[in-house]
Amino acid sequence: MDNKIDNIGKVEPTSAEFANELVLESGKKLRNITMVYETYGELNEDKSNAILVCHALSGNHHAAGYHEDENERLGWWDGLIGPDKAIDTNKYFVVSPNNLGGCHGTTGPTSINPETNEIYGPDFPIITVSDWVNCQALLADFLDIEIWHSVIGGSLGGMQALWWSIAYPNRIKKAGVIASAPKLSAQNIAFNEVARQAIITDPDFQEGYYLKAGSAPKQGLRLARMVGHITYLSDEAMKKKFGRELKEDKLNFGFGAEFEVESYLRYQGDIFSESFDANTYLLMTKLLDYFDPADEFSGNLVDAFKSIKAQVLVVSFTSDWRFSPERSKEISNALIEANKNVSCLEINSSHGHDSFLFPEKRYVNAIKAFLGNSE
Amino acid sequence: MSTLSVINDWIKHGSKVLDLGCGDGEILFNLRESKNIVALGVEIEEKNIEQCLLKNINVIEQNIDYGLSNFTSNSFAVVIMSQTIQVLKKPEIALSEITRIGEVCIVTIPNFGHWRSRLSLLFTGKMPITEPLPDNWYDTPNIHLCTLKDFEILCSYLSINIKERILVNSDNQKRWYLNIWPNLFCASAVYKISN
Repeated sequence: MDNKIDNIGKVEPTSAEFANELVLESGKKLRNITMVYETYGELNEDKSNAILVCHALSGNHHAAGYHEDENERLGWWDGLIGPDKAIDTNKYFVVSPNNLGGCHGTTGPTSINPETNEIYGPDFPIITVSDWVNCQALLADFLDIEIWHSVIGGSLGGMQALWWSIAYPNRIKKAGVIASAPKLSAQNIAFNEVARQAIITDPDFQEGYYLKAGSAPKQGLRLARMVGHITYLSDEAMKKKFGRELKEDKLNFGFGAEFEVESYLRYQGDIFSESFDANTYLLMTKLLDYFDPADEFSGNLVDAFKSIKAQVLVVSFTSDWRFSPERSKEISNALIEANKNVSCLEINSSHGHDSFLFPEKRYVNAIKAFLGNSE
Repeated sequence: MSTLSVINDWIKHGSKVLDLGCGDGEILFNLRESKNIVALGVEIEEKNIEQCLLKNINVIEQNIDYGLSNFTSNSFAVVIMSQTIQVLKKPEIALSEITRIGEVCIVTIPNFGHWRSRLSLLFTGKMPITEPLPDNWYDTPNIHLCTLKDFEILCSYLSINIKERILVNSDNQKRWYLNIWPNLFCASAVYKISN
């Protein structure tokens, strides 16, 4: 296959078990946590080249290379992670976990609750970005990585990088906060709520106990994904990709998928609803909604950033309307005011929020330069 | 050659320096080497921004013409604006802003009153094209050129204090004769200004 040429090749996930209890932000506790992750590249002797990659809303640990099964599908950030790529696996040891509450092997709503010996389902506790980062810190301990060379991610992944630099200032040297925001806007939360309502009102949702009932709210999850997908693209990207192209050459005066864009959204929704857990999706949207590091500082982001020691790179994309460049400037301006080391770039790209997934040249060079420079 | 050696003397060890229109980060890089400054650059050219990142100079992609309100008052010991003021749409707003942000500002301007520009206009009857200002009038980024006199009048109008002024020739050298008629003999001047 072509895509084997410039990627890291075949990868296999592995997992870590954390025996100790993790106290969540909500006060609830989780024990016997399993965390699935992948690594790319080699950890150097003094363990100074480890980069943590954080996935976004519907992501997982498979960030680069391909698995032997699953039609050899490349990881979600394969465009940026690999030999000589933005995150160069010849130089760095890249760690990419599936976050807590996920549905790809890490302890989550589809796991067995050790207290009841039943599937958690909707009883899995609500988790936050802080919980995610704390759990990633357990993984760092497990891998014997005291200090991350960098923590980097796009969208919700960027929020984790930001939180790492706030909560563990001595364990992170650089943070890549890409296509992200310091907190969600009312509009962002509104889109998440539509997604949640689509899932919850699906008759197959069964108040979250669908696995027990032997069903799955696929229609709801499918709708949630379709709405989400629209917010990931830009008007321009959709125009370019689909325009008003029809699947057949004529209008059929019906409600089938006539326009290309309709069939694309249905397809995306279908794939997603087959492979993702609805409770996980609910959890992750809630986790996004809750993220607000300034909250405990009376809304003052500058104060929230006081503890940061890492050098921060903030990157936004011109066509991103989900987390627009203005949102990134909120982060970078607060960092400037807090006297922190920050660089902030606005990359020209037409891919909307999804831009952070594409290895556009300027973006790649910026990440490379940022990761590679040192005082 | 840059006016770095001139600027260097005005900057205290370890001070916080903002360079507006920092280019490839050269000035900040050298100041970090010599004076251990805390550096931040602002730039719009993509290539330059990448160069800054490679040098590990913190850089913000921002168009000065869109304002500097994201920088709080007196938040930098020094604000540098080297060979930048002439490309701005609103130089007078930028001047007010930088003196608000920096305790001291260092502004370098090309002198359009230099004898070469004057003679060029007098004899050719065309907009001067000189080594430091090599572009045609229609495609030059230098849309707000001024003479030393013009600049000083603007400072006075904006109630900005000129604390020091260093005159240099086209090789960026200080020479005794430049003081005879600065506005005629200087190719550039470096001003130290503050509110």
